[in-house]
Amino acid sequence: MTEFFNTTLGLPYGWSWFLATIAGILLIALPLMLTVAMIIYADRKIWAAMALRRGPNVVGPFGLLQSFADGLKVFLQETIIPSAANRGLFLLAPIITFTVALIVWAVVPFDAGVVLADINVGLLYVLAASSLGVYGIIIAGWASNSKYPFYSALRAAAQMVSYEVAIGFILISVVLYAGSFNLSQIVMAQKGHIFGVINGFGLNPLFLPMAVMFFISSLAETQRAPFDLTEAESELVAGYQTEYSSMSFALYWLGEYANVILMCVLNATLFWGGWLPPIDWAPLYAVPGIIWLFLKMCLFFFFFSWVKATVPRYRYDQLMRLGWKVFLPVSLFWVFLVSGILMFDRVGVEGAGGRGITTAHAQAPARAGVEL
Amino acid sequence: MIQAIAFYLFATVTIASAALTISSRNPVHSVLWLILAFFNAAGLMVLAGAEFIAMLLIIVYVGAVAVLFLFVVMMLDIDVAEMRAGFVRYLPLGLALAVALLAEIVIGIGAYGAGGIELAARTAPAAQPVPNIQALGNLLYTRYLFIFEVAGLVLLVAMIGAIVLTYRKRGGVRPQSIPRQNARRPEDATRNVNQPIGVGVEL
Repeated sequence: MTEFFNTTLGLPYGWSWFLATIAGILLIALPLMLTVAMIIYADRKIWAAMALRRGPNVVGPFGLLQSFADGLKVFLQETIIPSAANRGLFLLAPIITFTVALIVWAVVPFDAGVVLADINVGLLYVLAASSLGVYGIIIAGWASNSKYPFYSALRAAAQMVSYEVAIGFILISVVLYAGSFNLSQIVMAQKGHIFGVINGFGLNPLFLPMAVMFFISSLAETQRAPFDLTEAESELVAGYQTEYSSMSFALYWLGEYANVILMCVLNATLFWGGWLPPIDWAPLYAVPGIIWLFLKMCLFFFFFSWVKATVPRYRYDQLMRLGWKVFLPVSLFWVFLVSGILMFDRVGVEGAGGRGITTAHAQAPARAGVEL
Repeated sequence: MIQAIAFYLFATVTIASAALTISSRNPVHSVLWLILAFFNAAGLMVLAGAEFIAMLLIIVYVGAVAVLFLFVVMMLDIDVAEMRAGFVRYLPLGLALAVALLAEIVIGIGAYGAGGIELAARTAPAAQPVPNIQALGNLLYTRYLFIFEVAGLVLLVAMIGAIVLTYRKRGGVRPQSIPRQNARRPEDATRNVNQPIGVGVEL
């Protein structure tokens, strides 16, 4: 897009880069907000169908405009700030949640080369940004100056830190196998991964457990059912959002669903081939990659809703046990397993032969010895 | 141009938020300013070409350490007046630390005269530009392998030490046995009886 502004419109390079970046951000953020609105509708319809209800069906045809009506409603409501609250932080918290939910999308590849920032440390950036999400909740809980939001904030902090550890190890095993932190390269490494036919690490027996664990961890990371203890209404009213109203509440709502969609896309990107079609067969490539990614995202979102509609909420100690005593050891073991298999497969038992990284590893000591 | 603006922005905010960290009265605000300082320091590292370190700074310090820190500070009931009372007592120690830091700044300014840092060139041992992570990996797992593993071992020992120091066997607790809970079936706890009317159930 920079070239379009630079050559077609004749703007200087600096300006065209700037305009292209702004346009790219808008091209991601606006459809994302639309998707969030529609996915909230889809979510409610799916729960309704599983509970043999009709779900939203009044506003617009089939109730399609329900989310927009809700949005308009909260927009017109009064913003209430509790008198005992810490004013600045109280208003800052939903902004943090919403911003953090959006910034991760900068590194998500939608198609070959269609990515806002194609950086080398893409996956680390995703980890870093998702680890920031907890601040919106913890600050909200503290600034509300109220019991239940505070409990909720403490629960959220413990929960997100615990599951981030497991997610980190799962990502490391994927990175080891793909050989890159760059999300586009991780997707390309999955092309024809299984017998040169199926795209995606997910069906590889080595990665299937990782894919399942990543899905469960992403449920915990986004605080969706069955891990929604931070807003368990039977215990904590509405959790950290108890004191929020109007647009500050809506920002939480939007940020939460933007995070859910992001986790669906990450599931698809890391284990199920991202923008690639499910099967490595030339006619399927005629369909644009973004559509494949969107379909995979919808499938994972259906799983998210399905889980929410059917699985009862965990107890808090069970949640912590699952994170620390099951996922952490298993994912840590998997890092060793994957690196061991790679060592055997790509480097070779004696450290020579094989393909790919072998040469770099063999040369590294000699070079380091000479130069330093 | 943009780099210069970004540098001065990050540097100013880092220093300002560091100053606010030590001067704000509310300890929770202090931690939040500290987090802002970490964040901007990460921005400075990206500018210096050390994007891997920047991401690690955010993941480890902002994402984990500062969260736990905030967690603890929020739970503490800190009396500011009581803390002020200790001011005179800790003054000599504080002064000694200040002198040490000043000396470091002087040395740092002296080193600045020796030329630019060229961080990218130092982290990457090869002549051609390689990605940051690869360069660090090549160094850590070849030349500095022993030191790297010893550092890991020290951390492991520290972790075990912390667990040993804080772990104590408490009496009177009833820990849950998850395998036992999972192995329990409805038949173990309940029983179906076809009860005639007017007759009590035998327990």
